[in-house]
Amino acid sequence: MTWDSIIQREIKTEIPHSVRNDNKGRNDNAARELTYLEAIRDALQYEMRRDPRVLVMGEDVGVFGGAFKVTQGLFDEFGAERVIDTPMSELCMVGAATGMAFMGMRPVVEMQFADFISTGFDSIVQFAATNHYRWGAPVPWVIRAPGGGGIRGGPFHSQNPEAWFVHSPGLKVVAPATPADARGLLLSAIRDSNPVIYFEYKSLYRSLRGSVPEGEDGVVPIGNANIARAGDDMSIITYGAPLHDALRAAESLAQENYSVEVLDLRSLKPMDTNAILATTRKTAKVLIVHEANLTCGVGAEIAALISQHTFESLDAPITRLAAPDIPPPYAPILEDASRPTYDKILDAAKKLLAY
Amino acid sequence: MEFSHDLLARAHYWMRFTRAFDDRIIALFKQGKLVGGLFSQLGHEAISVGAALALGPDDVIAPMHRDIGAYFVRGMTPARMMSQYFGRATGPSGGRDVNLHGCGDLSLGIVGFVSHIPQSTPVAVGVAHAFKLKHEPRVALDFFGDGGSSEGLIHESFNWASVYQVPAVFIVENNQYAYSTPTNKQMHIADIADRAAGYGMPGIVVDGNDFFAVHEATREAVERARNGGGPALIECKTMRIRGHAIHDNMSYVPKELLAEWEPRDPITRFENRLREMDLLDDAKQKELMARIERELDEAQAFAGNAPLPDPAQLTRGLYAD
Repeated sequence: MTWDSIIQREIKTEIPHSVRNDNKGRNDNAARELTYLEAIRDALQYEMRRDPRVLVMGEDVGVFGGAFKVTQGLFDEFGAERVIDTPMSELCMVGAATGMAFMGMRPVVEMQFADFISTGFDSIVQFAATNHYRWGAPVPWVIRAPGGGGIRGGPFHSQNPEAWFVHSPGLKVVAPATPADARGLLLSAIRDSNPVIYFEYKSLYRSLRGSVPEGEDGVVPIGNANIARAGDDMSIITYGAPLHDALRAAESLAQENYSVEVLDLRSLKPMDTNAILATTRKTAKVLIVHEANLTCGVGAEIAALISQHTFESLDAPITRLAAPDIPPPYAPILEDASRPTYDKILDAAKKLLAY
Repeated sequence: MEFSHDLLARAHYWMRFTRAFDDRIIALFKQGKLVGGLFSQLGHEAISVGAALALGPDDVIAPMHRDIGAYFVRGMTPARMMSQYFGRATGPSGGRDVNLHGCGDLSLGIVGFVSHIPQSTPVAVGVAHAFKLKHEPRVALDFFGDGGSSEGLIHESFNWASVYQVPAVFIVENNQYAYSTPTNKQMHIADIADRAAGYGMPGIVVDGNDFFAVHEATREAVERARNGGGPALIECKTMRIRGHAIHDNMSYVPKELLAEWEPRDPITRFENRLREMDLLDDAKQKELMARIERELDEAQAFAGNAPLPDPAQLTRGLYAD
C-alpha cells in the first residue's frame, strides 16, 4: 500500500474486512489471550489498517521488527513508507514526527528504550508539548517508550522517566499494566490529537498474558483509572509493572482477612483524581507504589492531591514505596533491592494496616 | 534566471515593509508600548523575503526570529503581526508567545518556532518527509543561524533529510555573530555551506545582502527538491547590524566591521538595481513609503485597540480537543 492510494481515503469507522477475518468476531472478549507485547502490536496493526495516516518509525523497527520485536510483521504488511527504519537520531525523530503530524499524519515513534527518550527531550517538552497552547496547531503523535527494570539492563536500560513528562505542560502520559490496557490505551493515544508518551513495560512483554478485546470494544479512554481489585481496609495506588506485585500482595493479605483495594492509574496525565480521592475516602489508608525513584515522582503529586482534598478522611500517613534516588543498578541483588517488589509492598501494606 | 517585474515589485514592497515594521516596533518599544524583547530584522531583509518569494502557495516555511519578511510574504497580515507584539488576543499566539516566537499558522504554511533554535529544523524535515511519503510536489524551507548551526540537531536533521532525500531546503543566515560570539569562535571553517558535502547534498554560499542571489539560489534549490532532487543547504552571508536583541548595544562588534557592511545594505542595493533597470524613481519610492507608513498606522491602530487576552482563558487550549 502506498500513500498515494490511501491518503485521500476517508478514515474507516467500520472494522475493515482484513481485521474481521483475523479475529473471530466482535463482542467476544474472551476469544483471545495475548501477551502484553502482542497486544501492543495488535493495536498498531489494527490502527494502521483502520487509519492510513498512522505510521510507525524508530530504530530497527522495520525489517528487523524492533529490538523487542514489538513491530514484527508490520513492515511486511505496510511497507517501508509506513514502517520507517530511522537513523540513530531520537531528537530529529521527534521533531520529524511533529512535522509529519503538522501535515496530517499520525506517527507512532518507538524509542528503543525509555531511557533514550532524554535524547529527544527538547523536541518533546519545548516544541511539541507547548505548540497547541502557543499557536494552536495540534501535534498528534505517540512516543512508545519501553521502560522499567527487571531485565537486568542496568542504569540505561531500566529507567522510568515518566515524571519528567507528567511535569511538562501539554503532554499526555499513559502507563498500561495489562495486555487489554496496552492495546486499549495505544488505540486512544494514536487517536488523540495531542502528543502522548506511552510507557510500556519490558518486564511484562512476554511474561504477562491476558484476554484482550477485539475491534473497537477494547478502546480505553485516557484519564480513567481502573480499580484492579476492590477492597475496604486500605488502598494501593500504582501503575505500570508494579501493579502485578501489588495484586499479589493484596491476595496474600486477603488470606489474613484484610481487604485491600488496588487502583491502577493507567493514565498519569491527565490523572484520574476522582478515582484517587474516592479510594482514599473509602479506605482511609493509602500506599502509593511506583517503580520510578521517589523524589518528585508521580507519587508525590498523588500524595499532595490526597493530602489537600481528603485530609479529613485519612487514618494513616500517606505512604510512598518507590525506588531510592539512584540510577537503576545492574547486579540482580542490587536491582531487586531497589525495586518495589512483592515483599516490600506486602511489608509496607502491613505497616499501614496496623497503623 | 528571469526576474519578472511583478516579482521585483513584490520583493521591493516586502523588504521595505519589513524594515519599516522593524523601525516601527523599535519605536513602540522605546515608547514603552511593548514589553519583553525585540529582535531586529535590519540587514536580513533580502534573505527572509528573497527566500520566501521562491516558494509556491502550498509550500511550508519554518522561519526564525530574523525572518519577519518571510511571514509577511506567506500572508501573515501586519495587523495580526502587530497584535502579536502588543500581546493581544488577535495575534497568532493570542498573547501567549513573545514577538516572532510561536507565530505559526499552518493555513499559511508557517511553522512557529521555539527559542531553542534549530528545533524547527527537524520539524521542517518531517514536513518535507510527509510531502515525500504522500507524493505531493511541495517543499519545506527551513531557516536557522550561524549559532544554531553549532547544535548537534543540525547534524541529525541534515543526515535524516539526506537519507530519505526529502524535499527540504535549508537557509543558514550567517550574520557573523551569535549574540556576542563571532563565527570564528563558533566554528573552525569559513563556510557553513561546506558541511553540506558531508551529507551528500549541495551546499552553496550566497551574498545574503543581494536579493537576486538569495532568490535565485533558493528558487533553484526549491525546484530541485520539488523534482525529487533532495535537500540542499544555502548559506547566506550577512551582518547583524543591530544587537542580538534590543537591549544589546553590541559593544563587542568592531566599528570597522559595521562600517564595512554599511554600504552593502540589501535594500539600498536592491533599489539601486531597480533604478538602473528604470523600474524605480523618486516619485515611486515616495509613494511606496507613504503606502507602507499608512499600512503600519492601520496595523498599529488595529493592534492597539484589539482585545487583550482573557486571563479567565489562561489554561484553555493547552490540549487540542
